[in-house]
Amino acid sequence: MRKVPRPPSLLGGRSQGRDTEDSSAFVLGAQRTGEFSDTDVPVTALGPPGWLLCSPASCVQYRLVVRDARTLQILQLYTCLDQIQYIEWSSDSLFILCAMYKRGVVQVWSLEQPDWHCKIDEGSAGLVASCWSPDGRHILNTTEFHLRITVWSLCTKSVSYIKYPKACQQGIAFTKDGRYMAVAERRDCKDFVSIFVCSDWQLLRHFDTETQDLFGIEWAPNGCVLAAWDTCLEYKILLYSLDGRLLSTYRAYEWSLGIKAIAWSPSSQFLAIGSYDEKVRILNHVTWKKITEFEHPATVASSKTIVYKEVEKSPSVETERLSFPPTRALASSLFSTQSKYDVSQVPVSLQHIKPVADRANPKMGIGMLAFSPDNCFLATKNDNIPNAVWIWDVQKLKLFVVLEQLCAVQSFQWDPRQPRLAVCTGNSKVYLWSPAGCVSVQVPMEGDFQIVSLSWHCSGDSVALLSKDNFCVCYLEREEVK
Amino acid sequence: MGDWKTITVPVLSSDSKNIFHYTSEKKISPPSMNSQVLRLPLPSSKNMHSFFSAFCTEENIEQSISYLNRELTTLGFPSIYAESKGQELNLISIINCMNELLVLQHKNLRAQEEVEMQHLKLGSDMDHLQNCYAKLKEQLELSKREIVGLQERDRQLQSKNRNLHQLLKTEKDEVQKLQNIISSRATQYNHDMKRKEREYNKLKERLHQLVMNKKDKKIAMEVLNYVGRADGKRGAWRTDKTEARNEEEMYKVLLSDYEQRQKQLLVENAELKKVLQQMKKEIILLLPPQKQKPKERSEDGLVLSDPEEDIGELNKENMWELSCETVREQLTNSIRKQWRMLKNHVEKLDNQVSRVHSGTLNEKDVISREDHELETEKLELEIQQCKEMIKTQQQLLQQLMSPCDDDTTLLLQDCYLLEERERLQEEWRLFREQKKNFEKERRSFTEAAIRLGLERKAFEEDRGAWLKQQFLSMSTDYKHSENVTTPSAFLGSCDQDNRLVKSTSQRKPPCMLSGPVSAEPCQTSQYITRNSAASKKPAGDSKPNQWVESDKEETE
Repeated sequence: MRKVPRPPSLLGGRSQGRDTEDSSAFVLGAQRTGEFSDTDVPVTALGPPGWLLCSPASCVQYRLVVRDARTLQILQLYTCLDQIQYIEWSSDSLFILCAMYKRGVVQVWSLEQPDWHCKIDEGSAGLVASCWSPDGRHILNTTEFHLRITVWSLCTKSVSYIKYPKACQQGIAFTKDGRYMAVAERRDCKDFVSIFVCSDWQLLRHFDTETQDLFGIEWAPNGCVLAAWDTCLEYKILLYSLDGRLLSTYRAYEWSLGIKAIAWSPSSQFLAIGSYDEKVRILNHVTWKKITEFEHPATVASSKTIVYKEVEKSPSVETERLSFPPTRALASSLFSTQSKYDVSQVPVSLQHIKPVADRANPKMGIGMLAFSPDNCFLATKNDNIPNAVWIWDVQKLKLFVVLEQLCAVQSFQWDPRQPRLAVCTGNSKVYLWSPAGCVSVQVPMEGDFQIVSLSWHCSGDSVALLSKDNFCVCYLEREEVK
Repeated sequence: MGDWKTITVPVLSSDSKNIFHYTSEKKISPPSMNSQVLRLPLPSSKNMHSFFSAFCTEENIEQSISYLNRELTTLGFPSIYAESKGQELNLISIINCMNELLVLQHKNLRAQEEVEMQHLKLGSDMDHLQNCYAKLKEQLELSKREIVGLQERDRQLQSKNRNLHQLLKTEKDEVQKLQNIISSRATQYNHDMKRKEREYNKLKERLHQLVMNKKDKKIAMEVLNYVGRADGKRGAWRTDKTEARNEEEMYKVLLSDYEQRQKQLLVENAELKKVLQQMKKEIILLLPPQKQKPKERSEDGLVLSDPEEDIGELNKENMWELSCETVREQLTNSIRKQWRMLKNHVEKLDNQVSRVHSGTLNEKDVISREDHELETEKLELEIQQCKEMIKTQQQLLQQLMSPCDDDTTLLLQDCYLLEERERLQEEWRLFREQKKNFEKERRSFTEAAIRLGLERKAFEEDRGAWLKQQFLSMSTDYKHSENVTTPSAFLGSCDQDNRLVKSTSQRKPPCMLSGPVSAEPCQTSQYITRNSAASKKPAGDSKPNQWVESDKEETE
């Protein structure tokens, strides 16, 4: 085994695993797939300690590129067996998992030892999902038809199987401290939850849930309460203690479509439930009763709410600076429209779309919601009003800000260090909001760059912006915190 | 005649009856007069003469008189016949009767007028009432119609309501039915789902067996070398021990979480308790005088809690340290009590406030009112003063401001100048006059001086002549040599002569200046005498000049 000299920036933070202090050294850049021929669906993985991010090479070369987060210099290049469909960093950033579902193969690469490799073949059982265990030494593979989950260890030859996993959106959940894993199961037409100890994969608890068709499970950040919610046909959320006791059940209404998304506050104090009736209900952690509900009407009438409206402004071109032939950068800047935010006078009516009634999974209700890391704000998106992000003041339980974008909001994510929200809307701009105000940032790139997703670095200093086949990193100066 | 009687008597009798009736009626109720009665006197007055002429003729005078007498007596008048002389007429009583009849007639006329007026009024009232009646009748009709309409509508609405109720009922039934359908469908669906899932599970099982039992060589992991665990430990075998340990750890996690939560709750509780305590203290501080009264008032309720409170206060420090369960009752009791007291207090205050607002007979109130009135008077006075002050200030301000107005200032200045000028001119005139007088005087003096000089010359010439004569005589007569001294003596008393001359000359000017008689000339003359006495300067020319000057000085 040959030791390969590593770039010094990679040394820091490795042994500490989840310690984010040194993690900035670990930020990896990804290859712009546009530079390779025949680009296909890129995959970006972001894992702790931060914002590890890479993108596969073209499907011809099956390449995995690892870059430094600060300089975007290539650190490592790995070649996989097939086209990579999914990548994930281990929790300590030592390993990268590359899943090739078509082949049913997972390849693992070590950053420390580029020669080290591991290949897991699921064979004829097939593969539909693969993920790391929190300790970064086990890989959980879900076989086709959800026949079982195989737990592969990188330390020992041992293999564990978990039978009857439920085919649902969020069937596996790890506690934040990585000690326990909850798995949704389905046996004899009944839903069950199994809680495993991650250190030795021993079954700790196994209990049935009073659900018709369990849709998802999620641990509270303190790792003591598990929220389990039913399918959207029924509004029902169940809260279980770590030892399997049912703490509470909450049902807001019957018959009509129910829960769409949930979010725990980082303090585990609140559970926000977004539903198809365009409301967010907030439960408290003492009585598990509803504290309040946030409505998302198409008209914002409260004068205490600030409505930021994105408006396009034509770029002012200094004619004397125009050169012929124009440089590519200048040309791109000329043809891209810039935008800024205006504060609208309330009442404001937001663009509202009527969901098609005869289609499944109607585009309505609260599909995205996230608490800020300091518990102070809750950002939500009503799928009926796709251009708006609603930011709620959790301390006052009131609507604080509405961001009205020109395009439909694709994704948003909070800065992990401060109440700062990054929003992308499928165009070449990233939007940042903080209590002080908001700003629109144009990606200085040639051509079209449609940001469909974004991911913060754990230090909050930079954010990766991902388009279909490109990515770029937006660095935020600390002084310029808006 | 017989015919006449038969015709007229009934008329008259009816007439008289009516009149009688009228009088009697009038006594009872004058306004309720019969119109028939009112009409009767009128035609009678019109045809009075002809009627009477027909009534009484030469032939039937006796009968007429007796008839009249009878009638009058029936009306209560004294008989027109003299009582003593049987058929002889008592003229006085006739005249009296006439007079009374006339008076009665006047009265009747007046009454008639009044009654007519009344009648008119009543007629108009009647009309009005009739109009009103008609209107009201119309309204009634309208209201009736409206009521009918409303009733109709009400009926319609009721029927509609009934229909709606029916509809609602059917809808409810429908809803119930649909719900039943939904639930049945749901159960059916669930059942089918379960069936399918079972099938699916069977398939899965089968597949699992097939896939896993094949001893698939492919299912494998190729690792270059196994890596160490992240925590550096070695993997342990799964045993009962590990299971127990896992359980233990889980409970530890749960316990720590609960402990943390409990700590938070404790902190929260402590804070709340602190707030409660502070509130309690403040309430106690707020209510020291009222504290006694409620205790007395509701003794039975509070006696029990008093010792409790004492205990609570004794170990107050410990009290807050105790868990809520033991302290809760005391705390809530005491807070409740104090709250009740506070409430009472506030209510009392409210009552007081309302009483102050409503009750005005309060003694204090009266005093305060007097004070108030005094104060208002004072204030009014002050206001008056202030107003005056303001007025004067305004005036002053206006005066101050007016200089800005050029015309007025010029005019004012002109006025002042004119006045001054006039005064000066007057003075100037006076001065001129005086000057003229002085000039005149001076001229007269000079004239007098000239004349004096001439007289003196003449006198000198006379004396020379006389001396010559004396000398000639002395030379002729020796004896008269002693008398030679006399002329020298005479010469020595020349001053006396001079004085005499002067006095004469002085006496003269008054006579000359008698035209413009004034005090000044007198004064000057006196002055002259004084001056002449004081200064023995014989220079008469310069003197008037001097005086003029002095006079000038004086006038100036």
